[in-house]
Amino acid sequence: MNCQKATRLISEGQDRALSLPEKMTLRVHLLICSGCRNFNRQVPFLSQVMRAYAQGQDEKTPK
Amino acid sequence: MHATNRPMTASILSDTAFLSDLRRQMLKFATLQLSNSHLAEDAVQEALVGALKNAKSFAGRAALKTWVFAILKNKIADTLRQKQRTVDASSLLREDEENEDFSELFDRAGHWLPDERPASWGNPHASLHQEQFWKIFHVCLEGLPGNQARVFMMKEFVELETNEICSAVGITTSNLNVMLHRSRLRLRECLENNWFLKGERAP
Repeated sequence: MNCQKATRLISEGQDRALSLPEKMTLRVHLLICSGCRNFNRQVPFLSQVMRAYAQGQDEKTPK
Repeated sequence: MHATNRPMTASILSDTAFLSDLRRQMLKFATLQLSNSHLAEDAVQEALVGALKNAKSFAGRAALKTWVFAILKNKIADTLRQKQRTVDASSLLREDEENEDFSELFDRAGHWLPDERPASWGNPHASLHQEQFWKIFHVCLEGLPGNQARVFMMKEFVELETNEICSAVGITTSNLNVMLHRSRLRLRECLENNWFLKGERAP
């Protein structure tokens, strides 16, 4: 498992359920890779940003 | 904000700057999704008219915008379901382009290049309440290549299912996964470089 493949699995994890072997290899990689750990937290945040954006949050911020 | 509970409907409907701004945003969004300006115009028109008919019930601009985009999303989803395979799949995914994208981020062994390794964003949720964050977010979203932006928005904004996106755009699930992967990598990088590593504040 390298970072390119790990980020791909993290991305796909947003769109489908990962298999058990996929989850296991990803988890092992995340133990040793801080960059991918950060990516793993950022990807769900991007979805939250998109959801907030769809709800017009960008218009509700104080000017 | 005025201390009145009176619905601001009248002021919204006479606020042409707000309405034309809203219309422009909707059109941009619909055009990106439908890649056809006539279909986009129709969808925007219908959504806007439908929403303004019920404008009485809106407490403010943000509520109206939310509502109007919800209607627009449904119209776009319907249109996409009807018009299948509008895009030449080969134009979506060029092998060389894809490798180029990844080689900017990863070394030959597929590990992060030192400058590209994602940093910690701390608690990013506070950013959602900052106007400057949203400005940067818009710029980053618009910076995505057209086709990537399109499928990413379908997935995360219109919230279509994977199989619906694939049949609407005429690509395989594997193509879609690659495109979403790339758009997330790009969007993340843009936000990190322009916001999270800049002290999360405008100078």
